[in-house]
Amino acid sequence: MIGLEIHCQLTKLESKLFCTCKANYRGFEPNENICPICVGLPGTLPRLNQKAVEKATMIAMALNCETPQKVGFFRKNYFYPDLPKNFQITQLNLYGPTSIGEKGKIMIEDKPIRIRRIQIEEDPGRLIYEGASEQTQITLVDYNRAGTPLVEIVTEPDFEDPRQVRIFLNILSDLLENLGVSDPSLEGAMRADANVSIENSPRVEVKNINSFYDLEKAIHFETTRQQSLNERGIPIIQETRHWDDRRKITVSSRTKEEEEDYRYILEGDIPWVLMDGQSLELWKKNMPESISSKKERYLSKYGIAPQVADVLSSDKYYSDLFEQSHDDLNAKDVANMITTDLMGLVDTREKREQSKLTPKHLSELVQQIKSGKITRNSAKNILQEIVKTGDTVTEIIARTGSSKITNEAEIAKIVDDVIREEPNAVQQAKENEQTINFLVGKIMQKTKGKADPTLALRILKQKIA
Amino acid sequence: MKLEISANEYVNGIKDGTFTAEEFTARTMEQISKLEPKLHAFISVNNDAVEQARMIDKKIRENEKVGVFYGMPISVKDNICVKGSRTTCGSKMLQDFVSPYDATVSSILKSEDATIVGKTNLDEFAMGVATEFSAFGPTKNPWNTDCVPGGSSGGSAVSIRALESLLSLGSDTGGSVRNPASFCSVVGLKPTYGLISRYGLVSYANSIEQIGPMGRSVEDVAFLLNHIAGKDQNDNTTIDNGHQNYLSDLDAGIQGKRVGIIKEMCKSEGLDKNVESAFRRSVSSFEKLGANVGEVSLDLVDYTIAAYYILTASEAGSNLARYDNLRYGFDFPQEGYEFKSYISKARKQFGPEVTRRMILGGFVPSAGFAGKYLLKALQVKSKLQKEIGEAFKKFDFLISPTVPILPFRFGEKTNDPLAMYLADINTATANLTGVPAISVPFEISNGLPIGIQIHANRLEEKQILQAAYALEKTTNLPEVQL
Repeated sequence: MIGLEIHCQLTKLESKLFCTCKANYRGFEPNENICPICVGLPGTLPRLNQKAVEKATMIAMALNCETPQKVGFFRKNYFYPDLPKNFQITQLNLYGPTSIGEKGKIMIEDKPIRIRRIQIEEDPGRLIYEGASEQTQITLVDYNRAGTPLVEIVTEPDFEDPRQVRIFLNILSDLLENLGVSDPSLEGAMRADANVSIENSPRVEVKNINSFYDLEKAIHFETTRQQSLNERGIPIIQETRHWDDRRKITVSSRTKEEEEDYRYILEGDIPWVLMDGQSLELWKKNMPESISSKKERYLSKYGIAPQVADVLSSDKYYSDLFEQSHDDLNAKDVANMITTDLMGLVDTREKREQSKLTPKHLSELVQQIKSGKITRNSAKNILQEIVKTGDTVTEIIARTGSSKITNEAEIAKIVDDVIREEPNAVQQAKENEQTINFLVGKIMQKTKGKADPTLALRILKQKIA
Repeated sequence: MKLEISANEYVNGIKDGTFTAEEFTARTMEQISKLEPKLHAFISVNNDAVEQARMIDKKIRENEKVGVFYGMPISVKDNICVKGSRTTCGSKMLQDFVSPYDATVSSILKSEDATIVGKTNLDEFAMGVATEFSAFGPTKNPWNTDCVPGGSSGGSAVSIRALESLLSLGSDTGGSVRNPASFCSVVGLKPTYGLISRYGLVSYANSIEQIGPMGRSVEDVAFLLNHIAGKDQNDNTTIDNGHQNYLSDLDAGIQGKRVGIIKEMCKSEGLDKNVESAFRRSVSSFEKLGANVGEVSLDLVDYTIAAYYILTASEAGSNLARYDNLRYGFDFPQEGYEFKSYISKARKQFGPEVTRRMILGGFVPSAGFAGKYLLKALQVKSKLQKEIGEAFKKFDFLISPTVPILPFRFGEKTNDPLAMYLADINTATANLTGVPAISVPFEISNGLPIGIQIHANRLEEKQILQAAYALEKTTNLPEVQL
């Protein structure tokens, strides 16, 4: 049985949870994105970012959670150098449900994963260890991250294996991105701890996992470790273990962190936030269309193939592009263009940031294919140019000479060349018409995809008949 | 030029040209130099005060827009941040902490052209009733320097009584404004929770404490309150007071008002005979002013001290946890320590009373004990709120002696914390319930001051000031010999 605790930064918010420093702290010099409030100077008070409550509530609603009537904050008291106030402002259902959401559920492959609780909290700063050896090691503290709005999502122990965890995290990550609350591809924006237990044994919490890839590995390791202990009759103890990134194993934390008493008290500096029906209604209305609803629309309205609709709807970047570049007539073509030709060109965050492609490019490109100006095959090369340069489709066609070859004589000449060069294939094609595509491929190769494929096929058939 | 004038007289004097801000401030600074060796009301003094007053005079001369304080010398308790000045909280832990920002009240004072003459002494982190627990030495009561000035805002109360400033800002968590106001014979108001922004007030027990205006007269306190009350975006707990003018109709009187004597606050065993008889005379004064005086029982008052100390310790344990000396504080190299041993070393800087409450604060909200202590204290708080709410259906004001005892001698209660804590017995109720309460000087008994406390319902500061003003007018108190 596996349960997850996922921390997700609300990177799309402008400011931190309790002050006006930037929520996205990346790209600053150490301790540059700080102010008296987020460093917890004496006398400062938290000033709640109302947008965080709104965005976190959207997450709760998207995960089908119940939302409370009033939202409250608590202090989790513990000492750590990255925690400016030596307490973290977080949420807790200490006096009834006051955390941003609870009792939610999402489906993975028809299996329900229950969400126990969602809470808003502040991210601590970051510790950087420097020094040649253990003895000379120094710890540097960077508070740029301190106070970044985080949403913690706690699941019930509903996962059976690491694979289900992976599917869930992919779905969750797409969902958060689609909501426009977070950019999970940013380093450290989404982190997860796992609770792992085998039948009738106490649970073990695994922390310090840096990537989802490692999370799968850590869960696998931990399950195997517990099973082998069990087989040898060694009792499993309830504990927190740390994932050792280098050795790829879990190690018992010698600090008695899990036994620490957090002495939770109400955060009196933040009054209860009353969740009136009107705001909830409005927030719900303002929520972006869900991934499943998008997919449904793509299927039913445009007749887009299920796999294509899947890819398109689950990736916000693709679906945004699609929404802005399609109309009722070209929807299917635009969708195919994105999922077959564009995908490899913008599959990482860096490539997306550098890409010069606009929705207008896409609709124009599809238009040029439809009107017969270029072939489907040339489109890929043109896309590559667009992404790189941002030039218009017409400019690129003119520059690269990518216009479709529709001149019969010109194509006939190439067909002759191919027939001469591939006698065996010609023989085969004569015997079995299915294999003729090989020859068409050769023609396209010779013309760098510019030959009109229908015309080429007709001429080829005539010549070898 | 007299230093013992009201805020209103000061403003008129400046406007008339009777004196300049520079002259008045210079005289005030002389007073400070003269009396500080004896009284020690200040932890730090603003050496640029006279220069700042001169700049304000210049603005006045050149007909520029001048703020409402016209250079008036005001002192600020040393747990309220003033940008560029030390804010020590009376603690070695913060002896070198120079605040890089202004508390909301400080920025109001500055932008309205007050001259902040210095930062006043207090019990370490405002925990105490005598200003004995300051790491920088105690403040003396000007009425009798062998006696404590009350606390924790003892420095503020003394600074105005001894004419070292015209007005002062204190803070009140369980009586810290009203107690020294009573002991030094000045006026001190603990406003409704949320009326004055706490942004920049170093937190001790943040859910119940307030900054409070202090002055030599009710009118002065109303004047100061007028400019510092109201909503502040930097403090989410502040409330909108609709820009009340607390000075208008100050002399409306209390004819026909219903005044309730809180029985539990007038019957405790520890009630000093002199205080008791002074209080009885104040009741006659209320009656003579035309009020209908009755009695009211607040059963839960007997539990307030227990609840108050549990609650404040829990919050202090959390609020003071940040003093690990990693980011600011005193000169102490972190190198070579493992974090936990470093923390325990750094926290040795806390004095005895803070240490006591931090230990208590680590215990009462802890797992397994929270139900027995903290949650019960919170229950007392909410029941007391209900109880006082009921009382205000029958009465406009609830009164009691501010402190059941007279100013005591230094060291008298230091070794008996429980006896010391009982000094808060009449004041903590206003903090736990969030209602406003004021202490008004009423008598000098054998050379020691006695104050009367008036409570009113939430946000009824205007009423409370009218009642205090009426009572103040019935008194004729001697001047302190400085």
